[in-house]
Amino acid sequence: MSETVKQDHAVIGKSVPKIDGREKVTGAARYTADLKFPNMLFGKILTSPFAHARIISIDTSEAEKIPGVRAVITHKDAPTLKYGISPARWDENIFCIDTVKFVGDKVAAVACIDEQTCYKALAAIKVEYEELPAVLDPLHATDEDQPQIHPEFVRNINAEIHQDFGDVEAAFKDAHYVRTDTFVGNRTYQTPIEPHTATSMWDGEKLTVYSSTQSPHYFQYYIAREFGLPMGDVRVLKTYVGGGFGGKLEPTGLEFGGAILAKITGRPVKMFYDRAEMFAHNRGRHRQYMTITSGVDKDGKILGVHADFVMDGGAYTSLGIATAYYAGAMLTLTYEFDNFRFDMLRVYTNLPACGAQRGHGAPQPRYAFEAHLDNIAKDLDIDPMDIRILNARRPNTTTPNEFLVNSCEMKACLEKAREISGWDEKKGNLPKGRGIGVATGSFVSGAGYPIYRTDLPHAAAMIKVGEDGTAATLYTGATDIGQGSDTVLCQMAAEAMGYTYEQMKIVAADTETTPHDFGAYASRQTLMSGAAVKQAGEEVKAQMLEIAAEMLDFPAVDLDIREGKVFSPGNASVTLTFEEVARHFFVNRGPLVGKGSYTPPKLGGKFKGAAVGTSPAYSFAAQVSEVEIDEETGEINVLDVWDVHDCGTVINPALLEAQVHGALFMGLGESIWEEVKFDDKGRILNPNLSEYRIPTAVDMPVVHSALVDSYEPAGPWGVKEVGEGATLPTMGCFRNAIFDAMGVSINSLPLGYEKVWRALKERREEGPAE
Amino acid sequence: MAAQEAGTQKGLSMDRKRVLTLNVNGDDYEVVCAPNTTLLEALREKAFLTGTKRGCDLGACGACTVIVDGHAVLACLTLAADMEGRTIRTIEGISEGGELSPLQQSFVDHGALQCGFCSPGFIMSATELLTENPHPERAEIQRRLAGNLCRCTGYVKIVEAVEAVAQGAEGGAR
Repeated sequence: MSETVKQDHAVIGKSVPKIDGREKVTGAARYTADLKFPNMLFGKILTSPFAHARIISIDTSEAEKIPGVRAVITHKDAPTLKYGISPARWDENIFCIDTVKFVGDKVAAVACIDEQTCYKALAAIKVEYEELPAVLDPLHATDEDQPQIHPEFVRNINAEIHQDFGDVEAAFKDAHYVRTDTFVGNRTYQTPIEPHTATSMWDGEKLTVYSSTQSPHYFQYYIAREFGLPMGDVRVLKTYVGGGFGGKLEPTGLEFGGAILAKITGRPVKMFYDRAEMFAHNRGRHRQYMTITSGVDKDGKILGVHADFVMDGGAYTSLGIATAYYAGAMLTLTYEFDNFRFDMLRVYTNLPACGAQRGHGAPQPRYAFEAHLDNIAKDLDIDPMDIRILNARRPNTTTPNEFLVNSCEMKACLEKAREISGWDEKKGNLPKGRGIGVATGSFVSGAGYPIYRTDLPHAAAMIKVGEDGTAATLYTGATDIGQGSDTVLCQMAAEAMGYTYEQMKIVAADTETTPHDFGAYASRQTLMSGAAVKQAGEEVKAQMLEIAAEMLDFPAVDLDIREGKVFSPGNASVTLTFEEVARHFFVNRGPLVGKGSYTPPKLGGKFKGAAVGTSPAYSFAAQVSEVEIDEETGEINVLDVWDVHDCGTVINPALLEAQVHGALFMGLGESIWEEVKFDDKGRILNPNLSEYRIPTAVDMPVVHSALVDSYEPAGPWGVKEVGEGATLPTMGCFRNAIFDAMGVSINSLPLGYEKVWRALKERREEGPAE
Repeated sequence: MAAQEAGTQKGLSMDRKRVLTLNVNGDDYEVVCAPNTTLLEALREKAFLTGTKRGCDLGACGACTVIVDGHAVLACLTLAADMEGRTIRTIEGISEGGELSPLQQSFVDHGALQCGFCSPGFIMSATELLTENPHPERAEIQRRLAGNLCRCTGYVKIVEAVEAVAQGAEGGAR
């Protein structure tokens, strides 16, 4: 498309193997739980068996007498400063003081010589509770007669949002057709295969925490804040992280409790969640109740949208304020309309806290909106593909909530999806029981503002070239949790330096040795961390060229470096190796270091909550899926999915495709099977991997992944995000395919076999349609 | 953990430990285990072979898959005390002499891993499959890997990686 797309790159744009592949296939890759330290103790947390109860007393004396128990702690041993990840609402204590607020709330912790002793010690702690009535139904959480969960949040209202852009009422008045639909999203859990682990240790007044974290920086900031330490005295680092998907973005009782236990005992303490504890800690997808009203003209052009949502936040805020804003804010991206109103109530309940799960707040509203749009299309007898192409956002436009969209190939994505899926041939012509659906999605390439207010750059990087030039090390705070950022950032560094990927080494995600970066969330690292890395690489290259010019007695402007060779494009006889130049540099000038940092431009409007959803760039995607429904059983068989993405320049096509597969797979699970369920006491019924049904290898549809040409001016080399965006269209896409196949609308997630079966049964009982 | 608590309640002495000799990857390890010590715990905590992962401890995720006498088993559901005299193979024993097995190489080449936490379990399950049947069809690969959970890859590239080895001239695993 643009000239820049056709640039000839030496290292980026290639599917180099992952930098850590070998370690991961041999079992050599060390995750936090694999680390052992001399004199290390094991720690576990005692949690609440009640959804809501007053703590009358805690007696730890029997536990303390058990041989091998080194420490037992409660709120009396911990700072009482409330913490959280959203500064708008710090509402958690390390250990509960007066009341427990969900089944799994933190009450006490132990450190023992081995894991077995921990369980004996936990069983010996006597806690007397007075059980209180619990708030379990989010739709009634704000009723006058409901118990109050946090005294400072009246009627259990955690956040209330009212945003109004343009004139929605006037748009509805002018509309040819106005329709309202209500949908319900499901509580799902990120379910990384690696359980959270943290090992804490002190050296004098300095605390070191190894943690399975998505953001060493936020952990460092909040741990330092909680214990009143300078950030320089808190070192947080990760080794390998076994998946996060949003669930490992905020520090937990493992870090806070572990730090206290390590301080008291003077020994390293390893803390970890088992699978059920992970489900209880949660921070997964909120359950959302979503009512959407839209007005369209006679062609199906959207004139105005009103989104009216309620969100079950659980017992604490977590990242939920941002989630609540994202839920509405991201609705304005894929289709153009001028009038938008968003009302949201995020309520507290006595259930595990919800937070940021892949796609952060946006996937369920996207499902709702895409389903709603198909309902409108059907009512007006418009092809679902046509109504989307008609409304598709164009590049260089501004959303009603003031997001600046640079590159945007929404229309091209839809057209390509139409073509490769055979939409026109299939629509209306598929055999009985089969259907085809389409949906769109868009996501940020990094949040425009950090989680807490600070003027720190969003990303920074440093490259040190080895003394003899045979290796260079990238130091970055960017956090590889499996998505492959270590690999793509090394590709970017090599590209910018004129070096080879194979010679790159990386030190990442350690607050002491690597420069600051906010970490892995909001799909930010390829664009933001990448921009810092590119700058660092270019600084190395400039220094190399300057000294090479001296060595060759040749003007620097006529020299270039590519894949480890210094050369003159116009004079083939002028060459040096990268190694020769780097060595000469070190001998004469000292260490060869390049550095870079990235701060996004000032983005967004001035209204309340304007920052959430801002980003330097947005990805766009269209998905088409074909499903087959078993009318007898309601079974949903997803046959094929065609995903077309506009994600700017691609650094590593294989890793990009892998992100699409992974995101789609999570979307598949959330669409059809996944749901955290509770009994009437607020206890999770399925906190395990047998009954919380994530898809397996036999459940994957055939995935056809395609791209459209796109170049994002705000990203290094034109990049933007992919990792979360591909989760967005999936749920709506499947719902629409089922709608096409059977004519029944499944208005809640997960779509589920039983729901399809019931909908079909209900329709049969109502008699044949007219 | 639940099993251990149940055992304690029944009055069994779970503290009576004894020295077991476990043959892992061709080496004999002498490890002190209680009657309720799992093979997973023995491998990870006592033999320091941490390539075998603890993902759920309930036999649902497959991250702890190892091969015992040629068969893939879940180390978290296997008692260490039952493993004396058996031949145990873990992920550390797949790449002998530092050379990747064709399957491991295929995982790297096909990008069949992201976070890597489930990878050892997948490689063990697939190694068992390819030893039994060097040329499985795609559907059989999917079925035989259905006991291993991966949350990152969507399985597509994992199945492709195994399929590539199965379709190779030699097929099979080492």
